[in-house]
Amino acid sequence: MKLRKVTAVSAAVLALAVSATACGGSSDSGKGGGDKIKIGVKFDQPGLGLKKPDGSMSGFDVDVATYVAKELGYKPDQIQWVETKSADRENALARGDVKFIAASYSITDERKQKVDFAGPYLLAHQDLLVKKDANITQGADLNGKKLCSVTGSTSAQNVQKTIAPKANLKENSAYSECIAGLQNGAVDAVTTDDSILAGFAAQDKYQGQFKLAGLKLSNENYGIGVKKGDSATVDKINKALEKMVSDKSWDKAVETNFGPANYKNEPAPKIGQLVS
Amino acid sequence: MSSVLYDTPGPRARRRNALLSVVFVVLLAALAWWIWQVLDDKQQFRWVLWQPFTTGQAWTTYLLPGLLNTLKAAALAMVIALPLGAVFGIARLSDHRWVRGAAGVVVEFFRAIPVLLLMLFANEFYNRYIEVPSDNRPFYAVVTGLVLYNASVLAEIVRAGILALPKGQTEAAQAIGLRKGQTMAGILLPQAVTAMLPAIVSQLVVIVKDTALGGAMIGYAELLSERGTLAANYANVIASFAVVALLYIVLNFALTSFAARLESRLRRSKRGTGAVLGAEETEPVRPVEVRGALATGVDQH
Amino acid sequence: MFDFLEGYDVLGAFWTTVQLTVLSAVGALVWGTLLAAMRVSPVPLMRGFANVYVNIVRNIPLTIIVLFASLGLADIFGATMGASDFKIQGFRLAVLGLVGYTSAFVCEAIRSGINTVPMGQAEAARAIGLNFSQTLRLIVLPQAFRAVIGPLANVLIALTKNTTVASAIGVAEAATLMKTMMENEAQTLAIGAVFALGFVVLTLPVGLLLGWAGKRLAVKR
Repeated sequence: MKLRKVTAVSAAVLALAVSATACGGSSDSGKGGGDKIKIGVKFDQPGLGLKKPDGSMSGFDVDVATYVAKELGYKPDQIQWVETKSADRENALARGDVKFIAASYSITDERKQKVDFAGPYLLAHQDLLVKKDANITQGADLNGKKLCSVTGSTSAQNVQKTIAPKANLKENSAYSECIAGLQNGAVDAVTTDDSILAGFAAQDKYQGQFKLAGLKLSNENYGIGVKKGDSATVDKINKALEKMVSDKSWDKAVETNFGPANYKNEPAPKIGQLVS
Repeated sequence: MSSVLYDTPGPRARRRNALLSVVFVVLLAALAWWIWQVLDDKQQFRWVLWQPFTTGQAWTTYLLPGLLNTLKAAALAMVIALPLGAVFGIARLSDHRWVRGAAGVVVEFFRAIPVLLLMLFANEFYNRYIEVPSDNRPFYAVVTGLVLYNASVLAEIVRAGILALPKGQTEAAQAIGLRKGQTMAGILLPQAVTAMLPAIVSQLVVIVKDTALGGAMIGYAELLSERGTLAANYANVIASFAVVALLYIVLNFALTSFAARLESRLRRSKRGTGAVLGAEETEPVRPVEVRGALATGVDQH
Repeated sequence: MFDFLEGYDVLGAFWTTVQLTVLSAVGALVWGTLLAAMRVSPVPLMRGFANVYVNIVRNIPLTIIVLFASLGLADIFGATMGASDFKIQGFRLAVLGLVGYTSAFVCEAIRSGINTVPMGQAEAARAIGLNFSQTLRLIVLPQAFRAVIGPLANVLIALTKNTTVASAIGVAEAATLMKTMMENEAQTLAIGAVFALGFVVLTLPVGLLLGWAGKRLAVKR
């Protein structure tokens, strides 16, 4: 009698749990169509790759990826966006999780050993975002100042190694948290690529509060990451990127995404030419 | 119980208690006032930061999918960890020394390792050695970590529960000719599980909470991790933390109160059969809980 | 065979883990005991406060509490913890978060210990004229602590493992280093084994020692 009740209740709990996982599982089966393309982007970088409240994607990386996908023969509704966090990008490509990655992905020698790159499609620079009235004009001004960046990012390492070794560096898990810290005075500056910083500075809630220091502390050649050895896809993407520049779609994407941020971007880079 | 520690207050004690209450309230109010001032000063109460949570999109795009992923991972981990824990708990009581020993080593090993380490390891392991569908890899890693850790903790809970049962239960079962397996499955386990329900439930709460580690450290798109995407959109770091924390509290309260209802039903039905584990329902902590779960080693996390 | 360890300060990372554990344990024991005292005190408001505190804190993931210590307490409330260097600040904030979280479990363990002290003890104490705080300090808590050495040992072990959550705010402890090493080195299994062993070494002796002490010191009834 008692045992039966225990069994009945646990069976109910079990059934609930199983059905919960089952219906969750079905939502993942989108790849069953076969003609989808998976593209890795960032979900939390306004201006580059952002998952908007209505569920759609926006940003320069997203626009470039959409254009490239179109040239590869995929309509926008065939694209499945996958969030690729910085640390996970090489893995995602190596394992074929995504076809390619456009996620503020700088081409470096170290990364080139693990993945192949198409592009570059944008030249960005490490920069500082500071308060409107701040007085930071060169990298060395940062010594003794409170600086924020994301844990393990190359920008953070650059600061510690060369630019301002005496800067007091706070490492957060996301740039949005650094920007919030900048707004309420917890830090004096946020550092990463100017393209990323511009996107945050242009958000409604921050409009007019910050400025880019414009220091060009490094050159970041954004490339499209492809699985190592997949030179056919690299070639196709390079062609697509060239076409994007020549038919002015590139300028249009720059205008829509960086225009509101007042971000003075570099002209479209030539394919295969890295600025080091 | 607490009333045993002090006499029914007389006039002086009542005055003193009233004074203490007032001092305490003033302290709390001062603290609350300061918190309010700072938050207000840092403009954390601006409606734009909180307004998104009154719109449907913040919920349908970020919070609810995140919550669903939290529940998915927690539910699957529970469904696997509960029976697995029972098996290992019983195995540790086996008459065969090598079964007992092996189960003991496994349980003690996984209980000693942080669940975060297990998740990180599982994630990397799946990444390198096993073909796991990419979208699901963090999910499997989170569930693996949760199962390994919590099954071993649940094993200890079950073992403690069985050990806490009066010896007469086993002896009576043997006397009527039940075999070892029958005694365990029919007599001991049901009673142990009922008796240890509070400990089991607090472990289930641990499972729900620990899914957040998967979000923060290996990018599983659960509630806490979706909060990041949400805050990138609405630029409301503190507000989003507050809302997400509240969601966890509601979720875990629902879980505990469901379990409390379940427990009281089980206890009531048990009274009919007379198999009461020396439990007094009015006590906030039942003796068996102290003797069994707490004394023999149940982790809180 | 262990050349993958070269260039990584594994011992240093575990030393940070130990420091986090010890400092948080002391803090949580103090604050948790105070909370437990509040929970059984004659002042209803204190009982209510401790009750609410414990039930809220227990139901929030530690990750959120630790992140909030960094992004809320430090960034908004200016709790710099007496350190301007963010590295030191992060460490102290992690300790603060761990204390706030663990104290709820310490409180529950001690309260359950108080409940194991027979009513007669408290009644006898009152009969000879001791007031609440004397009863608690001289009669009940000493017995309760001896009864809860086992449960407190489990809280301590859980705390040792929970220090890994500090990696969420970048404290350079064991889990942070393991993550870095797994990203950079190929020997996933070996790295996992080294860190697992580290935690076994940290937690098993504590469990055995305190388990033994708990049995020896338990009040025989």
